Amino acid sequence: MAEDPQTAPLLEIRDVSKMFGSVISLHEISTTVRAGQVTCVLGDNGAGKSTLIKILSGVHQPDHGRLFMDGRPIRLGSPRAALDAGIATVYQDLAMVPLMAVWRNFFLGSEPTKGWGPWRRFDGDEARRVTREEMLDMGIDIRDPEQPVGTLSGGERQSVAIARAVHFGARLLILDEPTSALGVKQAGVVLKYIVQARDRGLGVIFITHNPHHAYPVGDRFLLLKRGRSLGDFAKSEISVAELTRLMAGGAELEQLTHELERVGVEGES
Amino acid sequence: MSGIAVAGDERLARVGLFRRLLVKPELGSLIGAVVIFVLFASLSDVFRSKEGVANWLDPASTLGIMAVAVALLMIGGHFDLSAGVQVATAGITSGILTTYYGMNTWLALAVSLALVLGVGFLNGYLVMRTGLPSFIITLGMFLMLQGLNLGVTKLVTNTVQVNNFDKVSGYGALHAVLASTFTIAGTPFQIAILWWILVTIAGSYLLLKTRFGNWIFAVGGDRSASTNVGVPVRRTTITLFMLTSLAAWFIGNTQIVRLTSIQAQTGIGQELIYIVAAVIGGCLLTGGYGSAIGASLGALIFGMTSQGIVYAGWDADWFKFFLGAMLLLAVLANQFVRRYAETSRR
Repeated sequence: MAEDPQTAPLLEIRDVSKMFGSVISLHEISTTVRAGQVTCVLGDNGAGKSTLIKILSGVHQPDHGRLFMDGRPIRLGSPRAALDAGIATVYQDLAMVPLMAVWRNFFLGSEPTKGWGPWRRFDGDEARRVTREEMLDMGIDIRDPEQPVGTLSGGERQSVAIARAVHFGARLLILDEPTSALGVKQAGVVLKYIVQARDRGLGVIFITHNPHHAYPVGDRFLLLKRGRSLGDFAKSEISVAELTRLMAGGAELEQLTHELERVGVEGES
Repeated sequence: MSGIAVAGDERLARVGLFRRLLVKPELGSLIGAVVIFVLFASLSDVFRSKEGVANWLDPASTLGIMAVAVALLMIGGHFDLSAGVQVATAGITSGILTTYYGMNTWLALAVSLALVLGVGFLNGYLVMRTGLPSFIITLGMFLMLQGLNLGVTKLVTNTVQVNNFDKVSGYGALHAVLASTFTIAGTPFQIAILWWILVTIAGSYLLLKTRFGNWIFAVGGDRSASTNVGVPVRRTTITLFMLTSLAAWFIGNTQIVRLTSIQAQTGIGQELIYIVAAVIGGCLLTGGYGSAIGASLGALIFGMTSQGIVYAGWDADWFKFFLGAMLLLAVLANQFVRRYAETSRR
C-alpha cells in the first residue's frame, strides 16, 4: 500500500472531547485513519473506546473537537449520516438474526428488489449470488447461503458482518472488539479479514484491549486510558512490548510487580 | 484446506437434501396431515367421499385464513389474543349498522373494516410503545371487545345476536363473494376454500418473496439487530397486527353473510385455536420462524380431525384430546428440528 503522504487522511479525529454530565468520557483525543491502513484503538474497560465508536458512528456528537473526512470537516448527526459518509460500524452483537439464512441477513434492511408496483419483490437470486461473491472475495467459501447464521462459527459470522459493510459502500470500517469473544484460532481468522479489508483499500478502526491482536495488523495505535490519550503512535515508533507495557498501566504495573514481590518475600520468610 | 473443503462439499450435498427438508417449518404438519387423513380415511368411507372432503375442508378454510395471518404475526414475534373476538366485532358492526341503522351495506363494511383495523393498530402501537408483551396487551383488548360485543349488541337489539342480514341491500352480491358454493364433480364446495387457498399463497409470497417478509422474520428473530440494520420495526409490527385484524374482518363478515346472523359471543376461545394451528404448522412461540403453508396445514388437520371423529362414529368429546395431542407432538417436533438444524453444522 504505497500511500502518498501528501494526501489527506480518510478520517482525522482532532481534539475530540465528550462529557456526560460531569463525567469526562473523552478528553482531547486525536488520531488519523488512512485508506488502506489499520488504526488500532487500545484501552481497558472504561477507557472511552465505546464513546469514541459512538461519536464516529453518529450516535453521539462530540462536545469539543472536530472530525475531518478527506480533509474536509464533517458532522455526523445520526447513524444514517455516518453510513452515508461511508463509515460502517460492526458492533459486537453483529446485528444479525441467528435463525435467518446468511443471504437474508446479508441484505437485511437493504434488500434488492425486482419487478414493478405490486410485483416489486425481494430479488432472492441476486441476494444469494452477491452474498456468495462477497464472501468469496473475503476468502470464505459459504457453501450453502441458505444455512442460518446461527450455525456459523464466531469468526465466520464476523466475516459476514464485515463483508456486508464492505458491500454497502463502507470506506471506513469500525470493528468493535471483534476478537474479544473468540478463541485463539477464530481470532486469527478475524485478523486475516481485517488485513483483507485493509488490502481492498478500506480504512479500518480496530477497537481491542489485546495488544497482541492489535500489533500484527495495526499501522497506528491510539492508546486510551480513563478518557485520555496515552499517545498516538505509528508502528515504527513503538514496539509490541512497549505497547503492552503502556496498556497494562506501565509504571503502575511495575509498582504492582514490586508489591507482589515484597508480599512473596514476606510470605517465604 | 481447499482439499478438505471439496470433500466437505460432497458430504454436505448428500446430507443437505435431507436437512433442507427437515428444516422446512411446515414438514411436521405435512406429515401430521397425511397421517390424520390416512387414519380417518381408513375408518370411514364418508370421510374420503367427495361430500366428506367438502365437509371437512369447510371448517379448515375459515380457520386457515385466520391461522395464516396469526402465523405471520407469530413469526414477527407477537400474539393476538383479541383476534377471535375481532371476528365478532367486525360481523356485529356490519350487522347493526345495516339492519338497525339502515346504513348502506358497502359503507357499513367499510366502517367495520376501519374499526377492526383501528383495533389492530392500537394493539400494535401499544405493544411497540410500552414494550410490554403482546400477550398482556391483547388480553386486555380481548376482554374489552368481548364486553363491548355483548354490551352493544344487547343495547341495540335487546338480544345477544344480530339477525336479518339477508334483508340488507347488496346481500346477493356479498353472498356470491363470501358464502356461495362452487361445484366439482357434482359436489358443492364452499367458496371460502378458494379464499383460503388464495390467502395461503399470498401469505407465503409475502413472507418469502418480499422485503416485508424478510423484515417479519427479522423483527421476530432479533429486534435489536433489526433496528441496527435499519428495519422499520415499529411499522412492521403494527402492520402485522393490522393484517390479523383484516383477516378477522373478512371472516366476521363471511360468517354473518353465510348464517345471516351473528352471535355476540362469536369467536371467544377461537384465538387459541388460531395459535394452535400456527404452532402445529411450525411457528415457534418465540418468533422468527414458521410458515404460512404450515399454518394452513395446521388448519387442515383441525378440520379433518373435527369432522373425522364424527364420521368415525367416535364421541365428539375426543376431539379436544386429539387436538391437544397434535399440538404437543408438534411443539416437540419443532423443538427437535430446530435444535438439529442449528447444532449439526457447527
